[in-house]
Amino acid sequence: MALNFFDQFLSPTHLGIPLVLIAMIFPWVLYPSPSNRWLNNRLVTLQGQFFNRFTQQLLLPLNQGGHKWALILLSLMVFLLSINMLGLLPYTFTPTTQLSLNMGLAVPFWLATVIIGMRNQPTAALGHLLPEGTPVPLIPVLIIIETISLFIRPIALGVRLTANLTAGHLLIQLIAT
Amino acid sequence: MADRPVPLAERRLMDVKLAELPNWLGKRDFTPNGLIRSVRGGYDRYFNKYINVKKGGIGGIAMLLVGYIALSYAWEYDHIKHDRWRKYH
Repeated sequence: MALNFFDQFLSPTHLGIPLVLIAMIFPWVLYPSPSNRWLNNRLVTLQGQFFNRFTQQLLLPLNQGGHKWALILLSLMVFLLSINMLGLLPYTFTPTTQLSLNMGLAVPFWLATVIIGMRNQPTAALGHLLPEGTPVPLIPVLIIIETISLFIRPIALGVRLTANLTAGHLLIQLIAT
Repeated sequence: MADRPVPLAERRLMDVKLAELPNWLGKRDFTPNGLIRSVRGGYDRYFNKYINVKKGGIGGIAMLLVGYIALSYAWEYDHIKHDRWRKYH
């Protein structure tokens, strides 16, 4: 019986090396870089097909300018996907259960989108703060509300990822004991 | 049957006699570059033997994952040993 159901989320160290380092570097091993050959091995071929389809789906709603984000979005998604799936194996450690990692991913991304939006099209970026068709008396209140929701977004998204993964692992442990 | 004597530093691990093991370890290249080179060399050998083949199966990746599980278990042993089945806690 576990002493405390949340013990599984402590970050273990051994010989001074935290397991989180290994857990974050291991996905790198699973994705070998494709060679110049026409026909690669099965693993690289399968991964290539998956990445192609994924990127295609991801970029469907974006115009040409948005395609610049393809690389970073794809790499982020693959990183998170592999880390979370590897956390399902027995005895492994999932780094995304730690709030620090999720906030470290959420805040820079969100801040980047806000700043780039403000730089390139300030009017349109500020215009997002007011939905279309609001009655005139409601405008000041709604702008305040939208600003607050904009600033809370990274915290909400980061905490959401942490909570989802933690809840999943906790549920598995509760069912198991 | 007389092979040419190869210097100790250049032999592979399987060719080193047990008594010579500490000497062999002492001669290996433990600089950061050397470590990176040996890790990369090991990875390339594994990759080319099990994954980069014409009809690779699930074994190549499965061995990696099992090794990862074993490593995580060993890393967390001190923490997990509290979870043993006991009559009295």
